[in-house]
Amino acid sequence: MSAGAFNILWLQAGSCGGCTMSMLEHGSGGLFHELGTLGVKLLWHPSVSEETGTEAHVVLERVEKGETPLHALCIEGAILRGPDGTGFFNRLAGTGRAMLDWARSLAAKADYCVAVGSCATFGGIPAADPDPTDAAGLQYRKAAAGGALGADYRSRRGLPVINIAGCAPHPGWIMETLAALALGVLTADDLDALGRPKFYVDHLAHHGCSRNEFYEFKASAETLSQRGCLMEHLGCKATQAAGDCNQRGWNGAGSCTKGGFACIACTSPSFEDIRDYHRTPKIGGVPIGLPLDMPKAWFMALAALSKSATPPRVRKNATADHVVVPPRGANRPKE
Amino acid sequence: MTRLLVGPFNRVEGDLEVELDIEDDAVASARVTTPLYRGFEQILVGRPPADALAIAPRICGICSVSQSMAAAAALRALYGVAPAPNGIVAANLAHAAENMADHLTHFYIFFMPDFARAQYAGRSWHEAALHRFKAIEGAAANEVLHARRRLLEIMGILAGKWPHSLAFQPGGTTSAVDLGQKAQLVAIARDFRRFLETAVFAAPLEAPLALKTPEELERFCEGEGAEGDFAAFCRIARALDLEHLGRAANPLMSYGAYRGEDGAFLNEGLFDPSTGALSPLDAAAIREDVSHAYMRDGPEEPSLGRTEPYIDRPGAYSFAKAPRLHGRPAEVGALARLAVHGHPLVRALLARSRGSNVFARVVARLIELAMVAEAAEGWAKALALNEPFCAEPPPDAEGEGVGLVEAARGALGHWLGARKGKIRAYQIIAPTTWNFSPRDASGAAGPVEQALVGAPLEGHGARAASVQHVIRSFDPCMVCTAH
Repeated sequence: MSAGAFNILWLQAGSCGGCTMSMLEHGSGGLFHELGTLGVKLLWHPSVSEETGTEAHVVLERVEKGETPLHALCIEGAILRGPDGTGFFNRLAGTGRAMLDWARSLAAKADYCVAVGSCATFGGIPAADPDPTDAAGLQYRKAAAGGALGADYRSRRGLPVINIAGCAPHPGWIMETLAALALGVLTADDLDALGRPKFYVDHLAHHGCSRNEFYEFKASAETLSQRGCLMEHLGCKATQAAGDCNQRGWNGAGSCTKGGFACIACTSPSFEDIRDYHRTPKIGGVPIGLPLDMPKAWFMALAALSKSATPPRVRKNATADHVVVPPRGANRPKE
Repeated sequence: MTRLLVGPFNRVEGDLEVELDIEDDAVASARVTTPLYRGFEQILVGRPPADALAIAPRICGICSVSQSMAAAAALRALYGVAPAPNGIVAANLAHAAENMADHLTHFYIFFMPDFARAQYAGRSWHEAALHRFKAIEGAAANEVLHARRRLLEIMGILAGKWPHSLAFQPGGTTSAVDLGQKAQLVAIARDFRRFLETAVFAAPLEAPLALKTPEELERFCEGEGAEGDFAAFCRIARALDLEHLGRAANPLMSYGAYRGEDGAFLNEGLFDPSTGALSPLDAAAIREDVSHAYMRDGPEEPSLGRTEPYIDRPGAYSFAKAPRLHGRPAEVGALARLAVHGHPLVRALLARSRGSNVFARVVARLIELAMVAEAAEGWAKALALNEPFCAEPPPDAEGEGVGLVEAARGALGHWLGARKGKIRAYQIIAPTTWNFSPRDASGAAGPVEQALVGAPLEGHGARAASVQHVIRSFDPCMVCTAH
């Protein structure tokens, strides 16, 4: 082990592996180069490390016995506690032990414990009704504190589990959090009430959405692939969902709403319990999920006003899949 | 006889446990265990059918688009809706990007690092393998991740993000591409082709695409393509005789890949490597046996099947069910696709060993990579920008729909039943469920269990590289296997 390295042990629990797949996209020079730049050493990672079988077992045992310092334990995937609390739905192969048992044991040795993705954070998709495996996040089950490690768990540096929620998280969310930990600059004040790094959850997925003008005028898409706002009819949760999603590029310059489909609030607890993801639930024709911090009466009044003021250009483009009416005069702006 | 337990088995997608019975320093029998069960089929039941498009892709972070494509195809069959032609092309292009990224990740990040193992120190090729392919530290890794990242920019344009996108719909795709994006897609396809021509094949793509016989392959690896990583693998494979490792002789099955208006880019069918016979695929002959799975008995037809965990089932050793076609195991993957399609080099390699093997599996994957990379540019150019990408949404329907697609790792099927606006039943058989099937009621082993028999351990026991090569040659995706 190189001196001064920041040791990360990465484990996959009840996971699809997508958080790792996302992280592998990070850095123009390649992830491993980036990790080297940050002084991070991967003690073991299931997708990329050479050690397998007993060799991997030895790495884990040394950490568990305290022989190898563990600076950050990263767990991807929900902790499956069933059946009947045995954790048998997710054993770590070759060890005869459930991942539930490994997670609890190793978390006690970690300076920092990081839940990567919404499964490890809140339980995620495996915790969806009927929750066949008694799935939980490390420190939450849905929005309730507790989870596999318990509400009172603190890592050796005194922090709760750091929750990089998202399904899958942006590679930047993962790597910037790990970088902040390696640099020793992440404190409890940098986490929100659900343990998520504020640098990306103190925004709404709506911020920076390229459909903003359609939102302002309540000019809505009626079916998928149309350009209008996805909130009124197509289930978009971006005005309620935490994330700087539309201020970053995903796989280059993409995002969910740019890709033509609704935000499903994958950074939020219980996004797995939504029904009819692409249909906005309404009462009396009014969407029930309005922006969180805006008085409903004001929203309704402004929506009615802006609908009546919608320029024909915006209204027509909203229900087309490409621009049918370009902005007038856009080629000769006035001072 | 001694018994060895191998796990955690990494550099596969997910986790895997292998139990080996050893006689005379070689594997006498093997049992592979899928140690993870999350319950997706239980979670899908009772939801609106279209929600499968949000839930099913999250089975797998490495083949999420494949899961989306299978779910969309099942819904399409249920609704009887015809997708917009652009949507078919765009979905195929995004699917190609995922599959190529997977083949690349498999070759460089999962498979090749085993040749850098200390077990091979002193072999003439080991120094070079160590330098190029060692896990995390090898020179190739960052080059590959850079190329992969560029390739996956296709997802930013067509799918919003990867993994886990809702862009793939029964009516087509949700992202209506404009002229600038089309130009970007072509540029990305060309950049990826250049990477293949520089690092992987060290030759114009036409050269690997033209290979028809094992002799031509050998000449390519010693000549024009000698500097490439493909040739490096072929030389190591020859030195280690990987053509005689991991042999199995099951029917090779493909559902057909990249379907368009003019049929599939790679045909569907069934190829028997022991006789060389090609036959039509009869998907209605697929059954799932649970005799060695931690699952309760139920109807074996996937359209009627259910999934109920039963941990105390006597004799069970895996969460995976055992899929069978006409009562037999089948091997799936790039090798099966190209064999069914009639690729002459792949057919010749299969004929030479009267079955599949480690070498043939990896060669087929890289040849397919070249074929799809060439096609991808054409698909990007075929997008008709004035035409729709997504057809009108389908009306609610009751009944059944089956979606059969090819993921990077092979045949993926979704069987969906809907009633009164809800999913009544949902069964998924993933590629690795086929390849890493446990035994069935007759005691017949699955493909990888067969392929491990005879693997020499050379005194290395559970650490033997031969076991690593055999298992990883299938490119297992264990998170999909039991889902």
